[in-house]
Amino acid sequence: MREMIKMVIVLTVLSSLSGGLLAYVKDGTKDRIENQVLQLVKGPAIKQIFASASNDPVADRFSLTDGDRKLDFFVAKLDGEPKAVAFETAGKGGYGGDVGLMVAIDVTQDQIFGVGVTTHSETAGLGARAKEDPKFTAQFKGLSTIEPVKVTGDGGKVNALSGATITSRAVCLAATQAGETYQRLKPQIEAKLNEFR
Amino acid sequence: MAKSISHEFVKGLWQEIPPFRLVLGLCPTLGVTTKMEYGIGMGLATTFVLVGSNVLVSMLRNVIPSKVRIACYIVIIATFVTVVELLMQAFTYNLFLTLGIFIPLIVVNCIVLGRAEAFASKNGVALSTADGLGIGIGYTLALATLGAFREILGAGTLTVWGGQKVLDLVATFPDFQPFKFVVQAPGAFVCLGLMLCLMNMTGKK
Repeated sequence: MREMIKMVIVLTVLSSLSGGLLAYVKDGTKDRIENQVLQLVKGPAIKQIFASASNDPVADRFSLTDGDRKLDFFVAKLDGEPKAVAFETAGKGGYGGDVGLMVAIDVTQDQIFGVGVTTHSETAGLGARAKEDPKFTAQFKGLSTIEPVKVTGDGGKVNALSGATITSRAVCLAATQAGETYQRLKPQIEAKLNEFR
Repeated sequence: MAKSISHEFVKGLWQEIPPFRLVLGLCPTLGVTTKMEYGIGMGLATTFVLVGSNVLVSMLRNVIPSKVRIACYIVIIATFVTVVELLMQAFTYNLFLTLGIFIPLIVVNCIVLGRAEAFASKNGVALSTADGLGIGIGYTLALATLGAFREILGAGTLTVWGGQKVLDLVATFPDFQPFKFVVQAPGAFVCLGLMLCLMNMTGKK
């Protein structure tokens, strides 16, 4: 009996201490990790989409809450006006899990300005081309944010990557979600954009 | 047998160098050594976990009831692994992305649990620290050697840290053809086999 109590106490104390330590380290590294992700994962995608922007979209950003989620919006100045925002969505149902997609929206025309894949676990040489093939992502430019984005096989406008229809669908889904989020938050986004003028 | 701190430290560097002599921890040895840099990063992360877990297990060796010792070791090791994972995300994010799943897998690396069970649970803190440090550095050396071997032959480059190429055979000798097989998965087995062979030819256990 005594031995059993000792086992329970030792394991409990050890686990609680370990939990405490992890919470402390997690808290201490949170800002740095967020910064690193911004620089190395989201940054390249944003810079690629907004190549013609006159400001630094990674630095000019604001956040809004959508339901219970906090979303970061990156602002791009095109022709001197803050015209476009980019934010990240996750497309469910990729071949290897969610596909993270940075979607930029032209606020003046309610159209997709450009997209770029940020994180994915798709197969190299097949689904992974969604990130590497500029021809695939270029098709999203100018698509409406009101209608759902679909691959041609499903009656849409996007030519799926050959051999990677599942990945292409996940990317389309992420773009569709981005359109829905944008429509939901449009008044707030426009109000925030005015601050960048 | 009298145990000295220096003996426990040095044995990990050659006499009991983990992947070659103990033949433990082979999963990352085969998986990440496509570049010397990855080998070094993996080795250092493992060393940190090894020293941390050895010190703690050794400190708590009289407190931990023997029936739940493995569970306690795993909690301790998993904590250190998560700390390493967070620190790598914060400071060496690119390396973290490359090593990926192999970092959380240090939890089940036989070397770490093996040293906790076979050494730290029976010896004092100073000896255990020396043991962990020795085995860890030995592991790093082994991974770095294997990584350098595979990178030079398979890609014609040598990357020690931070993506900087110290050696670029392809640029220096345009005729050099990288032997791609070496950096692919089957090549890892062949290279490890050759290293083991070399280790067994030089010096007895």
